[in-house]
Amino acid sequence: MTHTNKATLTRRELLIQLCKLLKEGTIEDQIDRIPLNMRPKGNQSLRCCIHKDRAVLKYKIMALLGFNVDDETDELTSLRDYVLRAKQRKSLTSKVMTVVDEACSSCQQGSYQISNMCQGCEARPCSENCPKNAVNFINGHAEINHETCVNCGKCMNECPFHAIIYRPVPCEEACPVKAISKDEQGIEHIDHDKCIYCGKCMASCPYGAIMEKSHIIEIFQAWENGKKIIALVAPSIAAQFRQSMPKVYNAIKKIGFYDIIEVAKGAEYTIEHESQEWSEKMHSGCQFMTSSCCHAYTELVNKHISELKDKVSDTPTPMFYAGKLAKEQYSDALTVFIGPCTAKRHEAYFLENIDYTLSFEELGALLIANNIDIEKMDNEINMQFADSNVQFFAQSGGVTDAISKKTGNILQSEIINGINKASIRQLKQIAKGKTESNFIEVMSCENGCVAGVNTLIKGKQALEIFKKNQNEIGR
Amino acid sequence: MCKEQKYIIQICTGTLCHVMGGAELPALIDYLPKNLKLKVQIKGMVCANYCKDQTKKPPFVLINSELMQEADLEKIINYLQKCENNDTYQ
Repeated sequence: MTHTNKATLTRRELLIQLCKLLKEGTIEDQIDRIPLNMRPKGNQSLRCCIHKDRAVLKYKIMALLGFNVDDETDELTSLRDYVLRAKQRKSLTSKVMTVVDEACSSCQQGSYQISNMCQGCEARPCSENCPKNAVNFINGHAEINHETCVNCGKCMNECPFHAIIYRPVPCEEACPVKAISKDEQGIEHIDHDKCIYCGKCMASCPYGAIMEKSHIIEIFQAWENGKKIIALVAPSIAAQFRQSMPKVYNAIKKIGFYDIIEVAKGAEYTIEHESQEWSEKMHSGCQFMTSSCCHAYTELVNKHISELKDKVSDTPTPMFYAGKLAKEQYSDALTVFIGPCTAKRHEAYFLENIDYTLSFEELGALLIANNIDIEKMDNEINMQFADSNVQFFAQSGGVTDAISKKTGNILQSEIINGINKASIRQLKQIAKGKTESNFIEVMSCENGCVAGVNTLIKGKQALEIFKKNQNEIGR
Repeated sequence: MCKEQKYIIQICTGTLCHVMGGAELPALIDYLPKNLKLKVQIKGMVCANYCKDQTKKPPFVLINSELMQEADLEKIINYLQKCENNDTYQ
């Protein structure tokens, strides 16, 4: 019914526990107790037994501490040891997601299955239409020979009783670029040469087995060392909390951020630059240009649609400019991007001016660990909000609107709302020049960043809150 | 039997409840079955510190004066239906 499910809530609960211990300064002594406290003796277990549950939680925490779960060499390594190692490490890696093998249920290979709805009819269109003769009848009941079946799905389409079903592997199904696949044990692995960091596998796994590697340890370390940290907040935040924007920003400041810079401020520069670039390109006879602000999309082009490379705008993303602004203003500070995006974590790794990233879930956990209730915050804030024009960047179509206004409405645009297998085929066609448009906007998440992977609210409700907030501050 | 808005549902708007799934509970209005649609009023409520009780888990919802912990849409609807059924038999 809603997009928050028990697996997401487990992840959030872990984040909250982790942040609380970091805040109290008792992380080293208490961290190994988290799995025990969350699954106490005598409690019902989600999986086969509480010991399995606890092991899953342990490895999920390991991921939240910023480690690759498959890098573990000694199973006896305690979470305390991992905390100590995390505190000593010097750098992050560009691999932003990790599969918790203990949690991966090794879903059976996606395949067509005959259910007991099969009536063993006389027509037997399933077997008649199978190009590989993989459907046989045993005791008057259809059966698929998975050795010869090629998963074409013809049998399912032909069965008059709808007795044949397709059982997918959720993460593989969600991945638009076939970057996640099984090893011999059936455990999923991410191929980083193909991965575009869209986070769709993470959002789709019913076991919560794919985790983002958090930067939370690094951020707390920085606070402990007395560093100033500047929060660069993505515009999609306006869809995340029901309170007003000043209250939300005051709450973020109260966590301990030295100042806040709206990433939308950076978007002002992106628009300026991208509009100019578009005009120049059109003058020089280019057929079309595509947006570049979605990092999952630019990775998609780099890794899978190289023929589109020269069509992607060279303009840096709003996050890039926001980081630059922050470092110009506070040269001694660290910057943390706060947003709903897994791909931004990957992008940030390569940007000099962005030190760390936080998801909206992690932001929520930080607020809770600091006992901050947004509702009780002051409704006044002394800060410069970004231009109204760019706030809609977080929504699909927002980039197009902003550039269209800047360039005098001569844009003929096409919006690719969400990267999936079908839209990738469409993009490949566009790369061949099969388009009437001169500007193509691509967003990896359907509806744009307001529906990002790591959001607290999605869909209709998120859009309602977003609109309400935009109206309130008069933009 | 009471007519309209027999059930007042107050969803905690505190940050803890919000993060732990309360954020999406206002969607209840779209999921209410026909027989309940006109009988329910949904409101927000300021954090009343139910979360300070370590034995209870968020998100919290008050249905009239009944406190529900770990609330989700299914749980709320089931509870309301049960109330309705009890009323019919009485």
